[in-house]
Order: sequence, then C-alpha cells, then structure tokens
Amino acid sequence: MSDEKSVSRKLVVSGSPHIHGPESVAKIMWGVVIALLPALAVSIYYFGLPAVRTILVSTAACMACEWLIQRFLLKKPCSLKDGSAVITGLLLAFNLPATLPWWMTVLGAMAAIGLAKMAYGGLGNNPFNPALVGRVFLLISFPVAMTTWPQPIDQANPEFVLNAADALTGPTPLSLIKENLQQGISVDESLRTLGVTPLELLTGHRAGSLGEVSVLAILLGGLFLLWRRIITWHIPVAFLGSAFVFAAILYAADPQAFLPPGFSLLTGGIMLGAFFMATDMVTSPMTPWGKIVFGLGCGLLTILIRNFGAYPGGVSFAILIMNAFVPLINRGFKPKRYGC
Amino acid sequence: MKTFHKGGVHPNDNKLNADAPAQVLPFDGPYCILVSQHLGAPSTPIVKKGDKVKRGQPLTENQAFLSSVVHAPVSGTVQNVAEAPDAGNFARPAIFIQPDGDEAEDFISDDPTLDREIRLSPAEIIERVKAMGIVGLGGACFPTHVKLSIPKDCKADYLLVNGVECEPYLIDDYRLMLDKPDEILVGVSILMKALSVDKAIIGIEANKPKAIALLKEKAAAYDGISVEALKMKYPQGAEKQLVKALTGREVPSGKLPINAGCVIQNVGTCFAVYEAVQKHKPLTERLVTVTGPMVKEPRNFWVKIGTPVSALVEACGGLPENTGKIIAGGPMMGKALPHLNVPVTKGLSALLLLPDEQAHRGTVAHCIRCGKCVAACPMGLEPYLLHAAVLHQRMDLCEHHHITDCIECGCCQYTCPSFRPLLDTLRLGKNKVNQIIRNRNTTK
Repeated sequence: MSDEKSVSRKLVVSGSPHIHGPESVAKIMWGVVIALLPALAVSIYYFGLPAVRTILVSTAACMACEWLIQRFLLKKPCSLKDGSAVITGLLLAFNLPATLPWWMTVLGAMAAIGLAKMAYGGLGNNPFNPALVGRVFLLISFPVAMTTWPQPIDQANPEFVLNAADALTGPTPLSLIKENLQQGISVDESLRTLGVTPLELLTGHRAGSLGEVSVLAILLGGLFLLWRRIITWHIPVAFLGSAFVFAAILYAADPQAFLPPGFSLLTGGIMLGAFFMATDMVTSPMTPWGKIVFGLGCGLLTILIRNFGAYPGGVSFAILIMNAFVPLINRGFKPKRYGC
Repeated sequence: MKTFHKGGVHPNDNKLNADAPAQVLPFDGPYCILVSQHLGAPSTPIVKKGDKVKRGQPLTENQAFLSSVVHAPVSGTVQNVAEAPDAGNFARPAIFIQPDGDEAEDFISDDPTLDREIRLSPAEIIERVKAMGIVGLGGACFPTHVKLSIPKDCKADYLLVNGVECEPYLIDDYRLMLDKPDEILVGVSILMKALSVDKAIIGIEANKPKAIALLKEKAAAYDGISVEALKMKYPQGAEKQLVKALTGREVPSGKLPINAGCVIQNVGTCFAVYEAVQKHKPLTERLVTVTGPMVKEPRNFWVKIGTPVSALVEACGGLPENTGKIIAGGPMMGKALPHLNVPVTKGLSALLLLPDEQAHRGTVAHCIRCGKCVAACPMGLEPYLLHAAVLHQRMDLCEHHHITDCIECGCCQYTCPSFRPLLDTLRLGKNKVNQIIRNRNTTK
C-alpha cells in the first residue's frame, strides 16, 4: 500500500492524447533556415563580402530587436530559440541589395520585428509577413539605395568591395525592361540587348536582391520544404501558375509591351516569394482551397503590379495585399466536413 | 488499399507484444466489480454483503433499455457492496467478491469445442446478449443489444467488424483474431442473423498481415463475410471513419452509423457474443495488453473483470522505476490513471506504461496558424478556431462551427507544433455546447 502511495505521487494525469507527433515550432522554423542555405550560399558566391555583411547585420538586428522587446517591453521569456527571428533576418537580407548601408538594414530589421511582428504580440499573431514589411518600409523610405543593385562579382577576376559606392552597380533585368519601355524601347529589343541568358537566371548571375537571384537554389530549398512537409504545394503552384497564365495572356495580347511568361517566372523575387514568403504559415490561409485562392491572388497581383504599376517587381506588395485577405479567405474556404 | 480520406495521422504503431500469446492471469481476490460498466442508465446491485454467488451469476439489474448488467467473474462470497475508484478516480458503487472454489451457474457451458450451429432466433439473440451483459469492447462500452435493435425508420445493410486497432501499442484484438478466428466468425454470423443483414466486412489494418491472412482463409467457409485490409491511418477504428473506409458511405452529422445503413461491432464483442449465445457465458473476462517502452515483459492476459490493474503490472515484472504515466487504453484516446488501485472493467483493452520522459507535455507556444490541425481533423473541423472560441467562452461560435461533431480522437493535439491543448479545450466546449443544446430543447 505504501508502495502504491509513493507511485501515485509521481504519476502524471492528463487528458488524451498522451503522445505527440514529431513536429514543433522550433523544428519547423529551423527547417526553413536550412532550406534557405542554398540561396544563401549562392548570394555569397555572387555578391561576396557585402552579402555576408548584410545577412549578418540583418539577422543580428532582428534577433536583438526581438530579444529587447521580449525582455523589456513584453517582459516575457526569450523567444529566440524558436528560430523565427533568424528566418525574418535571413529573408529580409534576401530582399535587400547586398550593398545596402548597414544602418538601413538595421532600420529594416526594426520595422520587420518591431512593427510587423512584436507589436502584434510576437510569432503567430502578425497579420503581415514581417520580412516583407521590413523590405517595403525600406523601399519607401530609401528608394534610391533600395534600387541600386550590385552586379555579380566576376568570378574570373574577383574584386572584394564593401561599399555600395565602390561596387559595380546596374539595373535588374526587370527594372531595365521597365525603364526601356518608358523610353519607347520594346520588350523584344530589351531582351536582345539584356545579355542575361536563361541559364544565368537559373544560377543567379544577375543583378538583384541578394537572395532572389538564383532560381535553382530557391527551388532546391523549396523542394526541401515540401519534402519536410513544412509547406504544401498549393501556394507555390497557384502563385507561379497564375502568374504564368496571366503573363501569357498579356504576352499573347501584345508581345512588344509585355514580358514572355517564362521570363516573368525567372526574374524578380517571384520564386523566393512563392516558396518562402507567401508560404509563411502565420500569414497564409489554413485550408488547401484557401491556399490556392491566396496563391492565385499573389500571382495575379504580381503580374499586375509589374506591368501596370510603378514598381518593376511586385511580389512584396502582392503578398502583403493578399496577407490582408487571409482572415476573409479563412472565413470563406472551410474544410469539407465529414457527413455533409 | 482502402482507407478513409479526410485527415488522420500516422503515429508509430509500437505493437510491442504482438507475438506474446495470451495467458490467463491468476489472481486470488478480492475482485472489485464496478456496478455500472456501460454507457447508459446506471444499474443497481441485487446482491448484498455475505451472499454466496456462483460464477456467472448476475450481480445487478436494470429495467432501462439503454443499460447493461454485470456478473460474478468467480464463485465466492460478497465481501462488501461499497465504493471504489474508477479510471477517472471518481468513487463508484462496486461489489467486492472473495473467491471460493469454482461453482458455475448451471446454464454455462465450459466445453471449448467450436459450436457453429445458431439455434436462437434474432429476438432471442438480442435478449441473450442483453442478459449476458455484452457491451462494445472497443472502449466505449455501448450496450450491444441496443446497437442490434434497429430503429423502425432505419435499415442495416452491412455489419462492419472492427479489427482495425489503429491505436499505437494496442494489440488485444490482434491476439484474439489469431487465437479465436472461428469463434469470431461464428459471432459475426450470429450478429448478422440478429440484424438480418447478409453482408459483413471485417476491417483490419495492413500492419497485421497474419490476422488478415488467417481470417480471409477462415471466412471463405462463411456466407457473406469478407475481410478487407485497410491502409494504416489513425483514427481508422473510429466508427464514422470505418464506415467511410469500408463502404465509402458517410454518417450524416449528428447521426449514428445505422443512419448510413451500418452496424459496427468490435472483434472482441463478436467473440463475447459467440460465448454468450453458443456457450451461454456472461461477459466476465477479456483480453488485456500490458505494454510500454520500458515494461520488462510486455504480455497479453485473459483477465477476469474486477481484477485490480496492479495485479496486471505485477505479472509483468512490476512497475518500472521510471514510470511517469499509466494509461488505461491506447496513447491517443486512453485515460491516465491516478494510481493502480483501479479494477479492470469491460472496456479496458490495455494498460500502457509510459516512462517519465514521455509523460509530460511540451511547452505551449502561440498558435502559428500552420493549419496542421485542420489537415489532421478526420471530421473536417477547424480545431484552432474552436480552441480559440472555447478559450474566449464563445459557445455560440463553437456550436456554429460544429464542435459537437468532434470525435475526440486527438489528431489535432497530436499534430500541433505549438503543443496547444486543443483536445482539452474542445472536450470542454463540446460538453458545454451539448448542455446548452439539451437545455434549449427541454425549455422549448
């Protein structure tokens, strides 16, 4: 009897289920960090030390910002080990020109973590993708710095530079075509003089935000996310599919004024957006159909902004606009219930 | 291979004692038989302290239709009629019997030879099943005779036999299928006769190939009984999911399987029906698995109802040093026991001992809206939404979002990366909403 009593003291009594699946928030978030590594490696390969600096500054600033707010404003335990601040830091860096002055990166990180994430109560409560808010904040505040793109380092003759002023800069393929169109040069003409081959678009040898340049590296990371079941196929497929179809319709209507659809998918941040930004769990819908509608909206808006808006790339705005629709989508697209 | 299509999870099946043959557990008393071991109206004891009882003698009675009775598992003397803790540690009326010799009721036949010939009429079968105290042995303990009495506006097309055993660790149904295949099949035939259906399907998950092969071979000799191998997925053994997997039909929301033309019986119940109808034996013993990652000798036992679970643990080499949780049933739907002083009841399929490191829940974090709970819910509900609605005491929202459809399978909580206590809150909300609905209906 005494034996039983000593047992009863240490037995745990709780409701079922008594076992838990393998997933945890930290595992998911660090999984995303791993998926970002190929694109990270490519960005360092092409943009060198400035890319390393921007990535380190952005990540460190995001983590510091989250720690400070959590510690002194919210007075809650440190939440850094869930990995979400690291993801925001990396994704923000991926959306910046490698040569952006470091203090601008810090400001962007503060907007991303402070405004877009912690102001709502931290991970899980933010309606908008924090990294994109940071990026758009910078784009609106520092339009020139945010559109001064370093050219990839010439690997045959590498030259290490840290300052934007010293780096060889140039427009991204999309912004070049947009400028040319405004000067009356047709898309066909621009594509001929662009000097960027589809292979270079795949590997990432082009000017652009540091993490968006290599389609292959992003696809590799995206496949990892799918394999780890961190994301489902719905958002990337709907996003890229609708962008492709919409671009194809425009291109069919007027090939002189609009980009070919394949080229649209390989340029700008659309790949990074479709696999890493739009799929952010916190800011995307819950159900498969909701995700498809969300992805469709992202694709349509991206092409719309690119072709008819003021910005050459429209992915950030498209995703942020669709983020705002998520509660509505969740309301409208319910799972099909059993027995109905 | 067939399965249900919506939701579900794939926990590691951990069938540790699949190859341990069932053995009889010796126990010299006293036995503690809870008076009500079924879902429905409680029964009243008809024996008193000092009475001599025979094995198989009814100990309780009940006039209500939705009810069942219990019988003496051994012959002996009634030591006391008092209270004893049930699996939830609530004090319940119980009858204590000190065994003495082995004198059985005259009607019981202990002859082990197989008896295939069904002599009773459907009405007599239902009467016998009720009198012998047969309840659903899958865990819910729903009185079997109630399931066999089909409402006038319904018609049964199929008898579905549940040999799925989708819960991790549980293996008693598997052992029963290997040890008593003919008795189960005769039991199925009896139930088919009682229901007057001509088709019965035995559903077994694919991780039990031996049972599938054996029952397929034996079932060939029985008219209308087929065996279906099912793709592994939890909660396939839940009634509504099994109906979908085996027949493709769906039970309408808020209705019973009979509304989809199906009656479901567990393989253990089929065996108990065989014993009751062919051998006139009341339900006084069942197969119980004692298992767990650190149990020295995981075993399967034929246990008399009323044996304390401590006797089961003793027979398996005692309680391991690092035991953190003792679960009556499987890890997904079982109940955590507060102590070992709980008697075996008709619904106890397993005793699962989990080590301390597996006994505690993870740290709860904010919902990250990943949607995994929505994807995992086999009923197509939105657990994250219901969870928030319950936390905000919005029972109107809970009802609107069909919380009463929840089958409490635990898939949502199992899959939640933020370790949120989804099922805890859903259970709470479901009870409250059911109460609100009942009150509304009575005041109307």
